[in-house]
Parts: sequence; C-alpha cells; structure tokens
Amino acid sequence: MSDAAPDTAMTQINFMRLFERVALLVVWVLLIAGFHLAMPDIFLNWGNFSILFASYAPAALLALAIIVPLTAGDYDLSVGAMLTLSSCTIGVLNVWMDFPIGIAIVIAIGAGVVIGLFHALFIVYFRIPSLVVTLGSTSLMTGIVQLITNSSTIGGIDNSLVMAVVGGRFLGVPYVFYYALTAMVVMWYVFEFTPLGRRLLFVGRGREVARLNGISVSRMRVGALVVSAVLASIAGVMYAGVLGSADPYSGLNFLLPAFAAAFLGSTTILPGRFNPLGAVAAVYFLGTGITGLTMLGIPLWVTNVFNGGALIIAVTISQLTRGREATDIG
Amino acid sequence: MAAEASVSNGLNGAASSTSPTLSLKNISKFFHATRALDDVSFDVMPGEVHGLLGTNGSGKSTLIKVLAGFHAPEPGGQMHFNGEPVSLPLRPQDFRRLGMSFAHQNLGLVPSLTVLENLRLSQIALSGGAMINWPAQKKAARETLERYGVDIEPWRRVDEISAVNHALLAIVRAFEEIREECEVTGKPGLVLLDEPTPFLPKEGVDKLFGLVRQIVAHGSSVIFISHDIEEVMEITDKVTILRDGKVSGKVNTADATHDQMIEMIIGRKLVQTGKAIPQKNVQKPTYAHVRDLSGNGVKSCDVEIGAGEILGTTGLIGSGYDKVPYLLFGATKAESGSLTLADGAETPLTEMSPKKAIAKGFALLPGDRHTQSGVDTLSIFENMLLPDIDEYFRGGFLNARAMRRQAKTLGAQYEVKPNDPDLPLSALSGGNAQKVLIARWMHRNPKLLLLDEPTQGVDVGTRDTIFKELTAAASSGMSIVCASSDAEQLAAICDRVLVFARGRLVQELRGDAVKKDAIAEACYGSLSAAERANQ
Repeated sequence: MSDAAPDTAMTQINFMRLFERVALLVVWVLLIAGFHLAMPDIFLNWGNFSILFASYAPAALLALAIIVPLTAGDYDLSVGAMLTLSSCTIGVLNVWMDFPIGIAIVIAIGAGVVIGLFHALFIVYFRIPSLVVTLGSTSLMTGIVQLITNSSTIGGIDNSLVMAVVGGRFLGVPYVFYYALTAMVVMWYVFEFTPLGRRLLFVGRGREVARLNGISVSRMRVGALVVSAVLASIAGVMYAGVLGSADPYSGLNFLLPAFAAAFLGSTTILPGRFNPLGAVAAVYFLGTGITGLTMLGIPLWVTNVFNGGALIIAVTISQLTRGREATDIG
Repeated sequence: MAAEASVSNGLNGAASSTSPTLSLKNISKFFHATRALDDVSFDVMPGEVHGLLGTNGSGKSTLIKVLAGFHAPEPGGQMHFNGEPVSLPLRPQDFRRLGMSFAHQNLGLVPSLTVLENLRLSQIALSGGAMINWPAQKKAARETLERYGVDIEPWRRVDEISAVNHALLAIVRAFEEIREECEVTGKPGLVLLDEPTPFLPKEGVDKLFGLVRQIVAHGSSVIFISHDIEEVMEITDKVTILRDGKVSGKVNTADATHDQMIEMIIGRKLVQTGKAIPQKNVQKPTYAHVRDLSGNGVKSCDVEIGAGEILGTTGLIGSGYDKVPYLLFGATKAESGSLTLADGAETPLTEMSPKKAIAKGFALLPGDRHTQSGVDTLSIFENMLLPDIDEYFRGGFLNARAMRRQAKTLGAQYEVKPNDPDLPLSALSGGNAQKVLIARWMHRNPKLLLLDEPTQGVDVGTRDTIFKELTAAASSGMSIVCASSDAEQLAAICDRVLVFARGRLVQELRGDAVKKDAIAEACYGSLSAAERANQ
C-alpha cells in the first residue's frame, strides 16, 4: 500500500526514522548542555568525563551482557549478582588464599561459564521461565558471596589488575573504558555482520520459525546465556580492578541502570532491536544524568528514582517505537 | 428464506421491518495517500446473511475494523442501526446497546480457561456484584449450549476441545451476546463472522452454518466474511464485493454464479491454472519412498513420491493428512518410518530434523504463517533469505546489500507488493507475506517441497500466482507434497491425491479422479473406508 504514497510522505517517514535513530544522542547532548548551564566551569571538563567513562565501564559490560539473551528471547536478571560473585571470587582467592591474580581471574570467568550453564539447564532444558530462574539465582549467588566473604569488603587485590584496568590512560581515559568499547565493537560485529547474529535474532523473535529453518534453537539459547554470564563475570573482574577491592554489596546497584540501558538502547541507533551501540550509549547517558545530579548535590534517593524511572520510560519508549507489536521476550 | 424471516419473525415489529439492521453510507478511510475505503455504502436487512468478499487489500479488513470501532472513518460517513443513527467511531459500550457482536478470525478465546468461563466471559468479568453466582452461570452456559445444539462440556478447558468446537464456541458466544439484548429491545441484532471457516473441515462448516441459520431465523442478521466462494454461495442471501476500497458489486447470491463472483472479486477472468499439457496419466519416476511412517496421529503409511510430481494429501480433520509434511521434514518427531531416495540413501525418519532435511534439499512451508513460517517484526529480506544467510557471509562480513538486492529481485518475480525488502513482514497483507515465504524456499530450488495449506487466508489472485509457480517448479523436476483440506486447490494443482482417515492412508486418487467433487466425495467416504481397513 505504501508504494502508492507520494514522495513527500516517504521523505517525511525517512526523516522521522533518522531522527529516531539519533534521538537519544540528541537528548544526551541536551542533558550535558543543561548541566553545563547549571554548573558552568565545573561540569564540562575532561577529568570529570574520564571518571564517568571509567566508572560506568562495568555497567556498560553488564548492559552488553544482558542484550545477548534478550535478543535470543530470554531475560538474565542475574548479571548484577554474577558481577559481584566474580569480583568477590577474585578477592577471596587472590587476597585471602594467595592465588596468583591470573588464576583467580580464570576461575572467576570459569564461574561465569558454570552459572551460564546452570541457567541454561533450567531455562532451556526444564523450560522454566528465565525471569524465575535468574531471579532465583540472583539470590542464590548473593548468598554464596556473603558466605565466602563473611559479608566484608576485601581490600588489597593484586596491583597488576588495578594497573591493567585503571592504571593506564589513553586520551585521559582509563583503559577499562576501552575494554568495554572493544567488547561493544566485537558484539556489534557479531550482531550486525555475521549470520550468527541474524540467527540469534530469529531465535528470539520466532523460536518455531527458527527451528523450522534449521537453526539449533536450544544451542543458541544456551550459548546466549553462557555468553551473558561470562560477560558479567568479566565485568566483575573489571569492577575489582576499578575498586582495587571486592565489595559484596555494591555490584547489584549496576543491575537496574544496565537493564534500563539495554531497553533504552533498543530505541536508538537501530530502533526496535537490542543493539550494542545503543546499549553503551544509553549507559553513558544514564551515567551523565546521575553524575550531574550528584554534582548538583541532590540526595542519594534521587539516583534510585532516576534509574527506576529511566527503566520504565525506556521500556515504554522501546515498546512505542515498535508500534503495537507484542513483546518478544517471555 | 431470508425474505420470509424479515417479514414474519416475532422479534421484529411491523414498523422496523422495513429499515435495514445495518446501513452504512459513504464510509471512507484514508491512510496517508492510500484510500483504503472509498465511499462504501451498503445495507444489511433483518434476517439476512450478508456476504462480504474481497481480496487481501481490497479494504475488507479496514471496513471490519471501522465496524469494530478500531478505526475512525473519515468525516461524512454515516451509520444507521435499525434506523437509528450511530455516531462514528463506535465506542466499546455501543456494541452491547445496539446488539452487535463479532467472532474474529482468531476467535478471541482464552485457552487456559474453561468453556464456561469463556462463554460467560462478559457476564462474569463485567458483573457488578461482589460474588459470582457460579451455579447460575453454569446453568446459563448449559442452556446456551443446548439452545444451539452444541455438544461441548462446559467444564472443559478450551485448549482441550477440538478446533471445530473452538469455532462453534466463539460463534455461540457472539450470538448469545446479541440474543439477550435483542430480547430486551425487540429489535434485530447483527453478528459479524470474520473468516470463521478456514480451519474447519466440511462437517464443522455445516454445523456452523446450522448456527447461522438459527440466528437469522430469529430475525437477526449475519455478516459473513470468507475467501471460500462455495461457502459464500451456500450460506449468504446477498453479497457485497469490495475491490480497491470501493464497492465493486452487490448481488443476490441466487442470481450469481461461482465464476461471476470470482470475476467481481479479482476484476478479471480467471484462467484455468496449470496442467495445460494432459500429463495426468504419465507415471513419474520415483523420487522418494516413505515406508511405515507413524507419529502424531499418522499410523504406518507407505507413500511414494514421484520426481516432478505434485502429491496432495487430504482428509477430514483429525485424519492426520496435515501432519505428513511435518513428519517428513522432521519438524514433528516420527515414531517410526524411513525415507529412501531414488539414489538408494535411506534415512530413518525418527532421526530426521529440520536441519538435516534442509541439508537434503527439502523445504517446508508450514500452515501457520505467524508462528511457524515468518517473523512479522523482522524485515522482508531477513525473512526471505533466512535459510541462505551463510551464503551472504563473505570476507568476514554479512553482505546486507546483496541480500536486499536478491530479495528485491525475488520480490519482483513473485509479485510481492509493495516490493520493499526493508519493510517488516507485518506490513504486507496475508497473501503478499505468503509470497515472500514461498519465494524463500522456491528460489533454493528444493528437491522436495512440503506444503501445508499454502493458500490459506490468501486472496484469489495470489492463489493463482502460487499455483502457477508450483506447477512450473514441478514440471522442472521438483517434487511437491501439499497437505490441504481445500479440494478445489488440490484438483487445480495435484497429479495424485492421497486421502487419509483415522491416521491411515485409505485411498489414492489419480488421473481423471483428481477432481474437486471426487476429492470431496473421497473425504466423506474416507471414514467408512477406514472402518473397512481396520477390520
């Protein structure tokens, strides 16, 4: 039917589409401009932003982790707990048990593989809703973390990790930001430029369609859940490096902004699809908001309100951009 | 019968018997520059079954959506119900007040609730009281089902009952909603049935028609929407035909022939499809031999598939004919059976999977387009080239531009409209979406193409295109298995038709026997044939 529409209508639609793609970036610039007006000379300086880029890098990795199973049609709510488990594993092994840092990292990432497979066993094999399984495993992992750390922060993690993560800077920004960027580029490549990425998309949007087109749906879902847990455990390694210590509690605070960013990111760059570029941009958009608000001296509770509100609004916008189509995650 | 009912029925007062139940005047609806509905007017008289026909994209669905209050028509359109003007767009509370109800294509039943809960949904969910009077609801449900002679247990969960009963239940519910209102007001109501029949076997359709006749006998009206001309000829009194958003014809059903109706729908004469060369009796060399196939209701069938043959499978609902393509493709696990190809390679069907089947050069086009065949939210080119995606991965990058180009070429070849590979599949009408999905498999030139109801919910023109492609492919050597309950379709394309009953292959029609009437007759005789086979 739309082929009958005149050219002006088509250009208008194309313009709207283009605007939709960059809308979040425009809002981000407006937000920065707003804070700049409110705090001239203080807000808009590179040191400020380099801290922002580094401190939200673990959250960016979490957002990237989440969108893998989301694209395949499964939730992974446990990435925050996985991050904590991984960073605390490093703390316990490296500081208390004197494991070399390299081995501690390998074990922490191995824990990600195990947790991913554990999720897959229940979600894919026993067909339990992913929401339930990963909500349960969040509590389970949080408990294990309390057990192994005695609920205390473990300081004194090997300096080589700290140096590798935040010791060096490029363009004034600590390395950890570039690790997150690298992960984003790799994922962008897989999502956009490989058959694997398209298959993952079909698995999420139409399991039966994917199966009848010869795609191994179960294997794809297992893979997505393992990749998610592994990325979250790598985020935990980064977090341990950023802090120089293992904190059994603060990791869970990343979950909400990461989820909000995953959905907010799906409204931009490639609207209607969870995409790595959008997710990372959204993480830093939210990070800018929180940093700005904090610098304005707004009390702590505003952060929670901001994150929660952002999640709901992000999901709403992402739903509206896709029209009345049904959600594809269940 | 209808004319009689409109004069003599008890509900209708003498004054209102002359005014139409539903009268639409000058209804238009534009989407940007597209005139989906252009000045449509028609009347539905009391006690009348009024057919509404048109291809996909004729404006039929838009009109239904206007009637359902989903779209607001352009200003200037008028609607009268029993002579009373109704303001457009309709609001949700209007339907009950006027006595209008709908049974939509997807039936609107909640599978996890019981028949009783579904039937009395509006009474239960909208009742003002604090407590639900279950005994009274049960009694009312039983009475309703008895009134229409529908034999369903009210305590059953809806997902436990058969497809026929799903349709009957949805329609009984629609009838019941207006019946109560009509008894109060004494005026006739209107039920709109939006393609209720495509999933029903003939006896289900007969039952449904029995219900329709019951309701019009009370003076109410029914708008009946269907692609099946035969059904329309059988049940309707009058027919309004839409083409390109305009009313292209209004006829008394009794005065029109089957072919005239089709001409009015598609606006051109139908040419007899395929089989220009009389090759029916030519024995084709065997491509594949299926032995002892069982599973999902099919019991121990031996089927031979010729090279370049279009083999139809048919039967009544529940006979298992529609499971054969899925079992051969490995989409449904077979319990036993083997497949031997002409080159002697034997594959146990119990170990068949879609992946293996595709590797062997098989292709399956499932009947359920939305959940099994294509993904509505993804683009046309991604849907069309899903099985070929590895071929577009060159030098480490997926070449989306080449995919779009190929999709555009195929779109032109298969007459997909609009032919824009970047549109989501949901932007296409049913027929055009089906063309995309047929192109997906056909361009790969599969050795064996398995189809389940390939033209379900597809307009007459598209059917023609699809038939043409299938016969062309078969004559160049592709073997095709087509499961269908549509005898006309099978007669148009098949070289042989296998008739199933109770999971068994009971009859084979070949040569001159592959005719619509003979196929239908074989289906009706199939149950007794199955009895004989079992003895």
